[in-house]
Amino acid sequence: MISTRVSRLIGIFALIALVIFVGIFPVGIAPNDAVNTIAVFTLIGAIAVVGWNIFSGYTGYISLGHAVFYGFGAYTFGLACLYWHIPGGWEPFLLLPITGLVAGAFAFPLGWISLRTQRHTFIVISIAWVFIFQLLAYNLKGFTGGSSGVFMPLTPWVAPYADLPFYYIAFIILLIAVFVSWWIRHSKFGLGLLAIRDDEDRALGLGVKTNAFKLTAYVISAFFVAMAGAIFAYYVGSVYPEQGFNPAVDLTIVLMGFLGGVGTVAGPLVGALFVTPFQQWLDLQFGGQGVNLVIYGALFLVIILLLPRGIVPSLQEKWRNWKEARQTRLADRTRNLNKEPSSALAERGGEG
Amino acid sequence: MMLLEVQAVSKAFGGIQALSTCSIAVEQGTITGLIGPNGSGKTTLFNVITGYEKVDSGTILLNGKSITNSKPDVVFSLGIGRTFQLTRIFPHLTVLENMHIAARREHLNELFSRWSSTHEQRQALELLDLVNLLSHKDDLAGNLSYGQKKLLEFALILVARPQMILLDEPAGGVNPTMINEIRRYIRTLNQQKGITFLVVEHNMEFVMKLCDTVNVLHRGTTIAGGPPSVVRTNPAVLDAYLGA
Repeated sequence: MISTRVSRLIGIFALIALVIFVGIFPVGIAPNDAVNTIAVFTLIGAIAVVGWNIFSGYTGYISLGHAVFYGFGAYTFGLACLYWHIPGGWEPFLLLPITGLVAGAFAFPLGWISLRTQRHTFIVISIAWVFIFQLLAYNLKGFTGGSSGVFMPLTPWVAPYADLPFYYIAFIILLIAVFVSWWIRHSKFGLGLLAIRDDEDRALGLGVKTNAFKLTAYVISAFFVAMAGAIFAYYVGSVYPEQGFNPAVDLTIVLMGFLGGVGTVAGPLVGALFVTPFQQWLDLQFGGQGVNLVIYGALFLVIILLLPRGIVPSLQEKWRNWKEARQTRLADRTRNLNKEPSSALAERGGEG
Repeated sequence: MMLLEVQAVSKAFGGIQALSTCSIAVEQGTITGLIGPNGSGKTTLFNVITGYEKVDSGTILLNGKSITNSKPDVVFSLGIGRTFQLTRIFPHLTVLENMHIAARREHLNELFSRWSSTHEQRQALELLDLVNLLSHKDDLAGNLSYGQKKLLEFALILVARPQMILLDEPAGGVNPTMINEIRRYIRTLNQQKGITFLVVEHNMEFVMKLCDTVNVLHRGTTIAGGPPSVVRTNPAVLDAYLGA
């Protein structure tokens, strides 16, 4: 039987192999620049969904409004570069933690208000934030540039290396986000969040400070989603209201979460790996007519119907069932072996 | 010494008066029963004590200090745990993870430490062993049988070392063998750890064999109280139950 220690070692080696693979992908494996571009978008999407999962996945409060923080990140980044006259290059990347902190500061009052509601009402409120802030971004022209948006500083990098800084920065932020997500999942705080997901009232009755827990998770979640938004804006070169506070971003994030498996550490990563390249292909093929959004919606329904728990939890269940069946088989075999000597004795006795 | 005192508590839901100047007192270290016909206000009384419902009037004291209308997490941190009529565990978490939900979180560093490496882990495993669920520690709690869920709900409260546990129909829907086991656990914890119990139960045999004192509720008011042998012959109690 595979011991827990051995399976843990296998897991660690697999993780190291994966990190090495992703690390060398753009320089040694990717066939061309277009693939690198998709890889950058995949990493950005992965940061956003891992961040989203820290709140929505662990607490069960499905937020369809995290695009607000994506937009906050993008605008904070662009405006900081603009007003502080930061030139393009590596320097703007130092602003990423600041964009996260600004979004976290905004998430505090937004969360405090919206988390007074539960479940379905919360989903509606979360969507409302996106449109409110999109309208604000349109109308606060003196600050946000209105519909023209904000242009990011031009980067000095040229092809074929132009994508690499974004790729590696996004990769580092993703590693941090996954580590934080993993840490939370295995902490008492994370256990409290999962208890909220299962039965919030019961969790409260067992001493879990549910309001404080939810709000903290919401703020942490906003921190990472904002950094994803900032990297995205810097990568594409600008941010404008429709793109920054974009409900389609929420749909994509939720799609990635549900496909991979919400409430797990690995699930959102798996979801991002599938959804982002597919999304890029769809945008390329059908983006002009908006058919891509129809296909997203249909895909979302198919996932909910066929894989309601997502890929990773479904695989985990299969693994658990396989282990249980194996243990039962081993127990049966041991029982049979123990029986054999006595039956052999009985047979001998019968002969005598 | 009185551990819990409910003094003239009233609670109405619209036009329905669930509790009407209801008073009970629970002495420390005892097992107290709370019986009454359906709709007499037993579960509402549990809800107001544990902060799930707010009282309209009256006072609830724990160790002489008011806990009236305190929130459920505060009541729990003060040492009162409870179970529910319909078992409420966390079905998508493992049995062991369930045990850690109720563990105290007093400091911030504790909150962000790994739950499996805390000192509660040993205690959680011991408690699971006590209720014969140790072999199920890695199973999802939702996959347990109904009786096992009852035992898990009971055990997970114990992780927080409560002074008092309110049990809402612990024997409800459980087979006779399991009922005896539950009774044995309650008695053991009462005698060995000094935990005070307030038990709501319809199974009269269970209540009469287990409890030191029994309070009877009828239409939201306490109509009788005392040792089981006295209560079972009280004419007001017979009247309430038989409707004579």
